[in-house]
Amino acid sequence: MKIKQISVFIENKEGRLYEVSKTLTDNNINLRALSLAETSDFGILRLIVDKPDEALQILKSNDFTVGLTNVVAVEVPDQTGGLASVLAIMEKADINVEYMYAFVEKSSNNAVLIFRFDNLEEVLHTLQEKGLKMLSEDEVVSL
Amino acid sequence: MTIWNKKDETLDKTELQKLQSSRLIKLADKLYKTVSFYKNKMDELGIKPSDIKDISDISKLPFTTKDDMRETYPLGLLAVDRSDIVEIHTSSGTTGKPVVDAYTQGDIDLWSEVMARTLSMGDIGPSDTVQNAYGYGLFTGGLGVHYGTRKIGANIIPISGGNTKRQLSVMQDFETTALTCTPSYCLYLAEIGKEMGIDFKKTTVKVGFFGAEPWSESMRTEIEEKLSLKALDIYGLTEIIGPGVASECLEQNGLHIFEDHFYPEIIDPETGEQLPDGEKGELVITTLTKEGTPIIRYRTRDITYLETTKCPCGRTHRRMHRLLGRTDDMLIIRGVNVFPSQIEHVLFKVKGVEPHYQLVVDRKNQLDFLEVQVEINERIFSDEIKKLESIEKTIEHDLYTSLGIHTKVKLVEPKSIQRSEGKAKRVIDKRKI
Repeated sequence: MKIKQISVFIENKEGRLYEVSKTLTDNNINLRALSLAETSDFGILRLIVDKPDEALQILKSNDFTVGLTNVVAVEVPDQTGGLASVLAIMEKADINVEYMYAFVEKSSNNAVLIFRFDNLEEVLHTLQEKGLKMLSEDEVVSL
Repeated sequence: MTIWNKKDETLDKTELQKLQSSRLIKLADKLYKTVSFYKNKMDELGIKPSDIKDISDISKLPFTTKDDMRETYPLGLLAVDRSDIVEIHTSSGTTGKPVVDAYTQGDIDLWSEVMARTLSMGDIGPSDTVQNAYGYGLFTGGLGVHYGTRKIGANIIPISGGNTKRQLSVMQDFETTALTCTPSYCLYLAEIGKEMGIDFKKTTVKVGFFGAEPWSESMRTEIEEKLSLKALDIYGLTEIIGPGVASECLEQNGLHIFEDHFYPEIIDPETGEQLPDGEKGELVITTLTKEGTPIIRYRTRDITYLETTKCPCGRTHRRMHRLLGRTDDMLIIRGVNVFPSQIEHVLFKVKGVEPHYQLVVDRKNQLDFLEVQVEINERIFSDEIKKLESIEKTIEHDLYTSLGIHTKVKLVEPKSIQRSEGKAKRVIDKRKI
């Protein structure tokens, strides 16, 4: 239950974020979720999109430095404590989260949490055992 | 492997010095009589041509600096009648008035000779095709290589600089065997070639002659791997003749200086004292045989040392080590002398880092800051901030341990550092001192 996340290197310069989104728009790529991490020098844009392989090629051919990472999408009820309950499970299982971000589904009362782990395979196994609901690539795209 | 001029390039030390001595005696006498600039300088030092009896007396003669050459612009250093000049080249003059090199037919013949020697060092013969991507025009690079190639009887493609995609198609269509350009442009060719899907292992290029800007041993490795050719370092300057002052042979262990024509000395740039072979200092060159604008003891500002050990290629001319920098692109960061080539060398050792970098020097609160901008690429990119920051930290650490300076390393987007089609602009100095 892994899904593909695209990451893009962005220099802290006017207009660069716009150029990434314009490139995707021009090529009919739809964003599902994104997060931007930044330092004083540069930023890393992380994207979940409907056509990840295509998006990767398009960004590459437009001279962006890009990477493809596997992440996990966990679905939780969109209510108080939704995130905390998942984190509690991870805490107990001694799972270290590299980073995470979240978005709310528009067609249901659920929220989706995107997690990045270093030791993904091991973590996946544990999360499945704990009965967390993880979404497939197709499910995320069709949300 | 052929030596172009076996007689003169393999002279033993005694014979070579005899030849150099007789040529220097003639030169001092001629310049004293014909060029008032040199007569005045020699008079100031109390030197008469008769004081020059031997090549070792060269240290009695005055230096010539770039400023001297600018002050005598355009033809103040001419040693022949103007009607004897058949060709003129100048430097770009980006930092002041240009430097002039006025050639007689004899000088053009000399230039062809030393460039034929240079190309022969890379085993270029009549059946070869030389793609000359040095600029044609007032710049000496283009025509220097051109004359040498014609002298050998090889095929010359006078494509000149720029027009990168065309360079790459010409290279394949006409089966180029030798490439001449600046090392930074060569890497640019490799980059564009890769984008065009060219497999350089399948091209016919076997050797490249790269010069006109300092480069490092690691850059050589990079060029040889990416373009699948043997990369030779060549050296020359407009003030002396253009390219053809010195070149590496296939042994790649220093550049043989054609010292029967261009006499090298190494001096302490501070005191002007001559240093013995093997010691590092500023290269000074005297043109022993040039007719139009002969130059005595030109201070090149290039830092190197002379190697005297025997070269397996059989040539006996002393070799200069590849340039260690220039006295005038040397950065002084909080009192520490730094050459961009040293920084480049450190960068090359960091796994995955590409040779595209730029140095920005600034002064804040009376303190110098050196920012090293390094282009990111997919091999070092990560979706995690901490991994990218650790690359920056690693480079900063490596620069500190090898150069003793604190730097700020900044990752930048690919192609954000200007790719010049000529010399790469490596240093931006914002200090107002």
